[in-house]
Amino acid sequence: MKKLTLLAAACALAAGFGSAQAQVSGDVVKIGVLNDQSGPYADLGGKGAVTAAQMAADDFGGKVLGKPIEIVGADHQNKPDIASNIVNQWLDTENVDVVADVPTSSVALAVQEITKNKNRIHLNSGAASSDLTASKCSPTGIHYAYDTYALAKGTGGTLVKEGGDSWYFITADYAFGHALEKDTTAAVIANGGKVLGAVRHPFPGTTDFSSFLLQAQSSGAKVVGFANAGADTINSIKQAGEFGLVAGGQKLAGLLVFLSDVHSLGLKTAQGLVITDGWYWDRDDESRAWAKKFAEKNGGKMPTMVQASVYSSVTHYLKAVDAAKTDEAKAVVAKMRELPINDFFAKNGKIREDGRMVHDMLLVQVKKPEESKGPYDYFKILKVIPGEEAFRPMKAEFGCPLVK
Amino acid sequence: MEQIWAILGIPPQALFGQLMVGLINGAFYAMLSLGLALIFGMLNIINFAHGALYMMGAFAAYLLLEHAGIGYWPALIVAPLIVGAFGMIIERVALKQLYKLDHLYGLLLTFGLALILEGVFRELYGSSGLPYSPPPGLTGGFNLGFMYLPVYRGWVIVASVVVCLATWLLIEKTRLGAYLRAATENPELVQAFGVNVPAMITLTYGLGVALAAFAGVLAAPIYSVNPLMGSNLIIIVFAVVVIGGMGSILGSVITGFMLGMLEGLTKVFYPEASNTVIFVVMAIVLLIKPQGLFGRAN
Amino acid sequence: MTRKSNGTATLVVYVVLVALAIAGPFFLYPQFLMRALCLALFASAFNLLLGYVGLLSFGHAAFFGFAAYVTGHLAKVGTVYLPYPWYPRLGWWEIPLPPLPPELAILSGAFAAALLGLAVGGLAIRRQGIYFAMVTLALAQMLYFFCLQAPFTHGEDGIQAIPRGLLFGFIDLNDSLTMYYFVLVNFIICFLIIQRTIHSPFGQTLKAIRENEPRAISLGYNADRYKLLAFVISAGLAGVAGSLFALVFQIATLNNVHWHTSGEVVLMTLLGGMGTVLGPMVGAFLVAGIQQYLAAFGALVSIFQGIIFVFCVLLFRRGIVGEIIALRRRGIVGEIIALRRRWAKSDEARPA
Repeated sequence: MKKLTLLAAACALAAGFGSAQAQVSGDVVKIGVLNDQSGPYADLGGKGAVTAAQMAADDFGGKVLGKPIEIVGADHQNKPDIASNIVNQWLDTENVDVVADVPTSSVALAVQEITKNKNRIHLNSGAASSDLTASKCSPTGIHYAYDTYALAKGTGGTLVKEGGDSWYFITADYAFGHALEKDTTAAVIANGGKVLGAVRHPFPGTTDFSSFLLQAQSSGAKVVGFANAGADTINSIKQAGEFGLVAGGQKLAGLLVFLSDVHSLGLKTAQGLVITDGWYWDRDDESRAWAKKFAEKNGGKMPTMVQASVYSSVTHYLKAVDAAKTDEAKAVVAKMRELPINDFFAKNGKIREDGRMVHDMLLVQVKKPEESKGPYDYFKILKVIPGEEAFRPMKAEFGCPLVK
Repeated sequence: MEQIWAILGIPPQALFGQLMVGLINGAFYAMLSLGLALIFGMLNIINFAHGALYMMGAFAAYLLLEHAGIGYWPALIVAPLIVGAFGMIIERVALKQLYKLDHLYGLLLTFGLALILEGVFRELYGSSGLPYSPPPGLTGGFNLGFMYLPVYRGWVIVASVVVCLATWLLIEKTRLGAYLRAATENPELVQAFGVNVPAMITLTYGLGVALAAFAGVLAAPIYSVNPLMGSNLIIIVFAVVVIGGMGSILGSVITGFMLGMLEGLTKVFYPEASNTVIFVVMAIVLLIKPQGLFGRAN
Repeated sequence: MTRKSNGTATLVVYVVLVALAIAGPFFLYPQFLMRALCLALFASAFNLLLGYVGLLSFGHAAFFGFAAYVTGHLAKVGTVYLPYPWYPRLGWWEIPLPPLPPELAILSGAFAAALLGLAVGGLAIRRQGIYFAMVTLALAQMLYFFCLQAPFTHGEDGIQAIPRGLLFGFIDLNDSLTMYYFVLVNFIICFLIIQRTIHSPFGQTLKAIRENEPRAISLGYNADRYKLLAFVISAGLAGVAGSLFALVFQIATLNNVHWHTSGEVVLMTLLGGMGTVLGPMVGAFLVAGIQQYLAAFGALVSIFQGIIFVFCVLLFRRGIVGEIIALRRRGIVGEIIALRRRWAKSDEARPA
């Protein structure tokens, strides 16, 4: 027993000495893309996000600081415990330096905890909960694309101003749904509206929303807000049509709707929906060029905001590693905060102390069928919401201990 | 209507709407527990794969439409036939070996089968559900004044009642049904009379599976075709069968509809308990009448 | 084989296993080993009921997962909430407590699981065989929905960031190695408890009840009470496994009370060998290994487990350890003769 412990101690010492010399841990810069590849969120990120990360690695030259860049992907099936296992294994035994994408807020919160404890970077593009930069913020956690606060202020605020001043929520029963409902309620009340009630549906696994829609119908609210995403939102909106909610005079508010969702719904059902989005492929020439390259690798499907965000965030990370001359998490994050972000995804983007990447958001509306010139030509941009206005201001009272 | 509102404090639209949703859920409970009760009553096997076979029925309808252009109405017949044939193959190849063993092995085999079927479909089609539209003849809805009833959901209730009655008539009132019942009660004697008992057994299993697949086709337009649709439902159906009395066909049908409506009522008055009310009823029934409401004492 | 030589052989096997277990974390990923140990304990507790009492409980995940929640909550938050029915939603009665140290949290988790076992067992023991399995399944599902609704479990998010704490106030369990040895010690203690239960007069009575219940009753034994006690012990030990699981992974989710987990423990026992002592452990390690390697591929794990189930039920009913024991007894030639006899018999088929 004693000999074994001595041997183990010797190995640990040697490893310790070793890592002080090397600038890149494990001689490779490995990025793990963890997302939902088969469930309700498979289309907004999924395998496309892995493709986007690979594109970022290739466009950077395949190497950084002389070491190769490796991209790995895994399916977390929207379950925090499965994700925990995968991430623990990645960080402990496979030399993964960054966990990227991670949609589904309950999973993102678990991953944030693990990466905080193990001092690796959590580069989140897919999750929505604004708690990631508030009470659950982490010194190595970055929230890149969007969050529930931005969605609530954008969509919620606009609809209340247009006359929808009484709301009823159908909420996905997990961290994201609760956060979105909370933030939208705050936005509605701030603009003078009121919330008549809410009902929570199980996640994942609900495909029949009839009993929830009936409750929304009988509440008499002017706006029915769907605090869910992906396939859940698609099903909710379709079935709302079946039960005559819109015909009965109620407005539907999809609080988080992606390009892929509108593609599934079809313009006939989705027309007129007001959506807050982080990026749209048809926004300008630079975006269009990148989207075309991506679609070629992604079976013709145009990129969503999340996939573009993965590309942009991974590129920015690699730039920061190059500038910091190491892949140690805190040093790289410091460089990421220092360097501005100016690419097709975000102009004048900046990462704050609480991990929030602040950039301009878009308020878009779904086109009518006759206004669209082809597949994926779905949005018309109503206005650009500047970053400072779109996201929650950084104040210590919101709960992040990193904010002074 | 105003009186109902006054007494219960609930708007009538909410009450009738949820009751209707409950009745539709109850229709699925009834059809699935009918198939389960049939298989258990005749073969003494708990068919854990019942949920997965229901899911296969829905997928069969979806695939028939996608690849063969076969629409909803023919799919109502074709899909149960295909899945029923698949079920009969399973029975021949695997279940036959287990009759002389402890009944638990049948449960374990069908459980493993359910895992395989669900895993394969999840691997091929993802788990977020595929769209399937109701046929043009059944779209739209009626505004009944106190509530809005989509036509398709009304059709589901009618179809399920008809199918359950037809099955009950088949088993209890026809010659074939009599053979089936005799074959399971005293196989050697019936075999001695020249009736092909193993074929009767296989046919019974196939019939139970076809019922599940039919329910799947009915469910495809409302619940969206999704590999996990069966596993969400199967445990509730087990509870229904336990309450109704395992092996009693009429019992499981009536219990299915009743419990669906009970669930709907609970959603109106006590929504937090709506998922557990069926299991609470099961616990109570077990305390008072362990063989189930319509079951025979074992 | 004389009894004495059988005894020494078993002792040697145990010593080797313990040595392997102690050296394990230096060669394999400790988290994987801890997971396998927790599952092995869970499967052994389950096997106590299935192999020695003959009761197939299809809802055992309820005890495993509920203990995980209780332990997680007590270790992280402490305050206990007890529900009472109050229209129109459940009321919650609060008992304020500080976060508990790990040993108390585990004991509470196991105790909660044992209480739950008393309630479930009390209702289920009334039925036999298949009916018993169905009832346990449905009651476990009821617990699943309770866990979905209860505020302290946080539904789909689960209880995250469960602190491992300081064992007895001074041993820091955050170190992987220390935690591993703690789990190993717990496993050995519980394993000894199971052994004691089997090889005691109580265990003999259980065997008698399994062999011929009416005779045992006619001899004056209250069969139901014995079965219930075995059920409670099994539930409590499954609870210990769940509590350890929550502390190892620092997360307690709905997955732990889902019926898939109940099915997994049946699979482990079946694969390893029902009614054998080492079988469930072997099965648990194998199943944990499958999950580890196929973790990133979601659906493949299900398919693989299903195939193993079907394979075991049709062709491999005695499980790995069971086959090894039978092989030792009969030798290779004897096995082949027995197999041929079995194939000849399988042509007759009729329902019972």
